[in-house]
Amino acid sequence: MENNINTTQISAFGELLLYIIAGIIFVVGGLVTAYLIRPHRPNEEKLTSYESGEEPVGQAWGKFNIRFYVIAIIFLLFDVEIVFLFPWATVFGRKELMEATDGLWGWFSLTEMFLFVAILALGLAYAWKKGHLDWVKPTVKVPEYSSKVPKILYEQLNEKYTGSKSEQKDIGPE
Amino acid sequence: MGLLDQKFNSGGVIITKVDDLINWARLSSMWPMSFGLACCAIEFMSTGTSIYDMDRFGMAPRASPRQSDVMIVAGTVTFKMADRVRRLYEQMAEPRYVISMGSCSNCGGPYWDHGYHVVKGVDRVIPVDVYVPGCPPRPEALIGGFLKLQEKIRNETLMAPQAIERMMKENVKEKQS
Repeated sequence: MENNINTTQISAFGELLLYIIAGIIFVVGGLVTAYLIRPHRPNEEKLTSYESGEEPVGQAWGKFNIRFYVIAIIFLLFDVEIVFLFPWATVFGRKELMEATDGLWGWFSLTEMFLFVAILALGLAYAWKKGHLDWVKPTVKVPEYSSKVPKILYEQLNEKYTGSKSEQKDIGPE
Repeated sequence: MGLLDQKFNSGGVIITKVDDLINWARLSSMWPMSFGLACCAIEFMSTGTSIYDMDRFGMAPRASPRQSDVMIVAGTVTFKMADRVRRLYEQMAEPRYVISMGSCSNCGGPYWDHGYHVVKGVDRVIPVDVYVPGCPPRPEALIGGFLKLQEKIRNETLMAPQAIERMMKENVKEKQS
């Protein structure tokens, strides 16, 4: 009896394998069909990178400012907040729960959500304080440092080993 | 590299059946490019709402010309925009179709006489398949345009175009006689 079950049923990994095979067939099949029936008439304009109809500047693999990353992360924070707020809103006012707990449920869920929003707001406050929300950073802090070693010592050292003063700019604290 | 496209000189039963299948697939998924130039774009947008339900034709607006099949020129084509329209058309993947929506893109419309900045018909820049009259056309009229385009796609074929060859032959005959 047990043997019978083993031979006829697919294991969970077997199912996964079927999904993978089906996925590969789906993708490759689509690509091959497109290869067969598509018209192939390339021209220079068609092959340029798409930039909303403008004359493209540079490559499509262009770099962009790393500060967009922080903005995107902060946006994601509030996106997730909204995602949590919707299911919460459906549970919040449920009548049976309210009646069963004599109104305590309402206060509980409200406080819970305020706590959640407060934690997220704390994150925003942190980012605000750090100046991540200002696109142009207000001040650039130049680290102040005064060395007890006089510059002339480095110059002498450089002169001794290279015979010139040209490389001293890169070495030693300014 | 386009193994089937325009590669056949005489159609048999198989070719016509494959034609029917490909055409059916193409006309059932005409993805328009989502861009608008003037007030016609508002009507285009309301065509996409649940009341007029553009989705029932398999038409989902795409944000990139690489993914779209149909360009709906919705609005006044100024000379400034004509460059962009032309480039976007070129950047669309083939087969591509153009619906000219409204009087402005059909022929310049109210700017026919005095619009120094308006292209007198988008067909002077890119080839147009279907013209939808109106100023602006109602969503029903635009849907009429979609149906006309579907009719046009239904009659497409994998066979190589012969009309020009035929015309050239006739020309030669005329010159000889």
